[in-house]
Amino acid sequence: MISPARVTSILRSAPRCINQNVSLQSTSSYVRNRSIRFFNSMSDPTFTHEFNHSAFKGKVEVPTGLYINGKWSKSLDKNAKTIDVYNPSTGEVLTSIPEGRQADVDEAVKQAHVAFNTTWGLHAPGFKRGELLIKIAELMERDADILASIEALDNGKTFTAARDFDVVESARTFRYYGGWADKIHGKVIETTEAKLAYTRHEPVGVCGQIIPWNFPLLMFAWKIAPAVAAGCTVVIKPSELTPLTALYMTKLFEEAGVPPGVINVIVGYGNTVGSALAAHPDVDKVAFTGSTPVGRLVMEEASKSNIKKVSLELGGKGSNIIFEDADFDEAVKYAAQGIFFNHGQTCCAGSRIYVQKPIYEKFVNAFKEASSRLKVGDPFEPTTYQGPQVSQLQYDRIMKYVEHGKDEGATIITGGKRVGDAGYFIQPTVFGDVKPDMKIVKEEIFGPVVVVSPFEKEEEVIESANDSVYGLASAVFTQDISRATRVAANLKAGTIWINCYNELHPQIPFGGFKQSGLGRELGEYALENYTEIKAVQINVSGKCGIPL
Amino acid sequence: MPTHATIEVPNLGRVQVPTGLFIDNEWVESLSKETFSTVDPATGKPFLDFEHAKKEDVNRAVASSRKAFNTVWGNNVAATDRAALLNKFADLMERDAAKIGALESLNSGKGVRIAREFDVGDSIAAFRYYAGLADKSHGQTINHFGGEKFVYTLHQPIGVCGQIIPWNYPLMMWAWKVAPALAAGCTVVMKPSELTPLTALVMCDLAKEAGIPAGVINTLPGLGATTGDAICRHMDIDKVAFTGSVITGRRIAIAAAESNLKKVTLELGGKSPSIIFDSADVEQAASWVAMGIWFNSGQDCTASSRLYVQEGIYDQFIDALASKAKACAIGQPSDETTSFGPLISEGQRDKVLKYIESGRSEGARVVTGGQKWDKSNGGFWVEPTILADTTIGMKVVQEEIFGPVIVASRFKTEEEVIDLANNTAFGLAASVFTNDAMQQTRLAHSIDAGTIWLNQYGILHPSVPFGGFKTSGIGRELGTYGLEAYQQVKAVHQNLTQTM
Repeated sequence: MISPARVTSILRSAPRCINQNVSLQSTSSYVRNRSIRFFNSMSDPTFTHEFNHSAFKGKVEVPTGLYINGKWSKSLDKNAKTIDVYNPSTGEVLTSIPEGRQADVDEAVKQAHVAFNTTWGLHAPGFKRGELLIKIAELMERDADILASIEALDNGKTFTAARDFDVVESARTFRYYGGWADKIHGKVIETTEAKLAYTRHEPVGVCGQIIPWNFPLLMFAWKIAPAVAAGCTVVIKPSELTPLTALYMTKLFEEAGVPPGVINVIVGYGNTVGSALAAHPDVDKVAFTGSTPVGRLVMEEASKSNIKKVSLELGGKGSNIIFEDADFDEAVKYAAQGIFFNHGQTCCAGSRIYVQKPIYEKFVNAFKEASSRLKVGDPFEPTTYQGPQVSQLQYDRIMKYVEHGKDEGATIITGGKRVGDAGYFIQPTVFGDVKPDMKIVKEEIFGPVVVVSPFEKEEEVIESANDSVYGLASAVFTQDISRATRVAANLKAGTIWINCYNELHPQIPFGGFKQSGLGRELGEYALENYTEIKAVQINVSGKCGIPL
Repeated sequence: MPTHATIEVPNLGRVQVPTGLFIDNEWVESLSKETFSTVDPATGKPFLDFEHAKKEDVNRAVASSRKAFNTVWGNNVAATDRAALLNKFADLMERDAAKIGALESLNSGKGVRIAREFDVGDSIAAFRYYAGLADKSHGQTINHFGGEKFVYTLHQPIGVCGQIIPWNYPLMMWAWKVAPALAAGCTVVMKPSELTPLTALVMCDLAKEAGIPAGVINTLPGLGATTGDAICRHMDIDKVAFTGSVITGRRIAIAAAESNLKKVTLELGGKSPSIIFDSADVEQAASWVAMGIWFNSGQDCTASSRLYVQEGIYDQFIDALASKAKACAIGQPSDETTSFGPLISEGQRDKVLKYIESGRSEGARVVTGGQKWDKSNGGFWVEPTILADTTIGMKVVQEEIFGPVIVASRFKTEEEVIDLANNTAFGLAASVFTNDAMQQTRLAHSIDAGTIWLNQYGILHPSVPFGGFKTSGIGRELGTYGLEAYQQVKAVHQNLTQTM
């Protein structure tokens, strides 16, 4: 009944037996000095913002330097510039922050290797890694209003959604993987009595992680928590459009006592920092969430360099199938949430709605009514459901798709226009009279735009739903459990929601079939992205068969 | 009789402690108004009187646990919420570690530092581990049936669990029982040992403070023949988990079978061998074996109580072990430096001394110890004892002594020592010390025991399963296996297209 971490001199005569080799680590080797040092010096770049909205008032400071080996800094590259960070609600510049470059990636990767080989990886026991992740979750919960305020300011999502979804789920993800850290099990494999074989699930090593702007904090959590739980060290690139919550998190990492080099955060552009990570010969694995074209580039770079392991979570064109026997009111609401949640900037968005003929007209009317009632506006206004799109570029792209839709002969049932004259606000937009080969049916719009079409039979709608290069998520609304299960089995997608939409849990895997990605995030499955399996074969009584 | 008492605790001063029954988050007296007494093992003087739960009290507790299971726990609450409560509870234990350790030391006689750092520390670790596991229990989907049907399994909590724990690790056995049960979603009716009920009761206040709903943990101090028997025979308890002796474990299994066939897990006795080959590092091996037998004054089901040393190093090894015995930190429980305290009771002490006498009379050589500690002064100490040159038929070799007594003999070959090691009704643990890698693995596979230590002894982790082969028990505690002990599997068949 003796645990290793506390084995000290139990018997006076035998201090060696008990001290040596048993206490796995002294505390100081993996939990650094607790004195909190937020900034290296007065000259370290910082973004300061005074929030004053109904849920949170106060001044928040965000360190904006590159966070490498537990220190904030400017780029090692003299030619590095700054990146302007915009407020999508106004189109104005919030702050300019240091840009990371290849040289910074090189340094961060080097430090991540040092940490992996000394304080992390196999050098920190699982339960200790778990404690640290849980500590991070607690600090996020403490600072939930701050994180949510920054997220709403930077990304344009509503404060309410940021706090109740993004921040809560991000903290839960850290907590969940905190629990996994000491529950990663290999197997013992029976062969013959002459041999013992077992597997060890070891951390992959240094991981490059590249995340998007639609859920800046949540994607940060989905990437870092399983990697760090498995024992990996990471160099992560937040999107240059929405870097602020990731940078605030570096303060919390310091406070939690994350050893230097375990988590490094470098803001920069995809074609510099992102590309450097994907192509780096000393990065053991790269994980990316974003568009399918960029995902393809990441995989190419990974293959051309050191064949690093790759996991990709890419685009989608989620089909939402509503049968005539569905609970009608719930289906309408979920369909609206399925597309308009996060302003349609969701890879699993239900952007193709298929409604069975007998209820099609009724559904379109109710859905039009629901969509037009959603309030678009100031993210900090408590009654707002939809804030601005993230950037001018995205705004332009989405409006171009709306034009395409009209040009190709689809009918606008509701929406299709800008809201206001500042910022990047777009009306919830519904297209009818669409055909399978239209651009707005085939391509991912990544905005508040949905296409609705009727169907007659189960077989027919399965075919339509599967007629896509994507396979991220789909939903089925029906009261017939046999049909629900049948359709769920036949749809080609990584997530099937039955009578709900856009629900995610740290415990449940998420990822894509087809061109929607490689690998799975969340749940136990995500640990597979960050572990290498080693098979150990022990000869117990066999003799070598070579005829010598 | 009130439900609380005030006692003088060394280094803490006067502390009010619970002595009542804890039912539905309230302290209550026994309906029978009866009490039982405990004794301070370090002085032999009366310690505290506790309420004695009888059958009617067990009925009250079970009703409370059933109601909690059906309303605020079990399938009614998300696993993540149970996890949060278990973590919160662990935080509170950490906050109160010094107090809990001092009370554990006072009631059980173990050294206060050992109690605080091991018993309390490991109990916290068990809670944190199972908090993390609560939302990671997965059923299976079985889609082998084409379009005809679809099957999945649910791992559901068993329900109301009776838990009966021993006096050697009063708090840690409490944690090993309660943490996985609560993580799985079960509610518990806990009976601590009548010798050491104190810390289990102190935990009830922490559970309430953490926000664990009423009825999830009910705690009933009492005797085995009354409280324990009522739990085992109760028709509305779904499972009983027990740690203790083989004799009592057998009674529990019978009572469970005779009542409602409640599920049973048992963690019972042991007579665990340590096998030292000529190639071993003698100093290291002697240190591990010494810790294995004399930790907790030998009152440990996994105690390394049988020693087999290969003939080439036998005398050298016995000398090394004897020097460890003589240097054991024997002393008062309240002393920070003490690791070897008194045995739990007068009865236990006399039983151990009787075994030593029996060994002597059957021809064993007393290398060291073999008697009461000369500073016992009314307390129940027995010195660390080595009985050498024992033979297989001796009572001290066959039976569990549950005290600081190790029996030693020599062996020649690997085959011979495997036979010797397995020649026992028990199968809880074993250790092998050798520098031959192939031999290590062969021995690990050949010895019938639930835990094998190679070149080590006694170390347990919340993540590694623990339990016995043969009469040492049924089922496993700790690790993911420990959670399964509180779950039942439901297969759900869903017809997709089949017709009659």
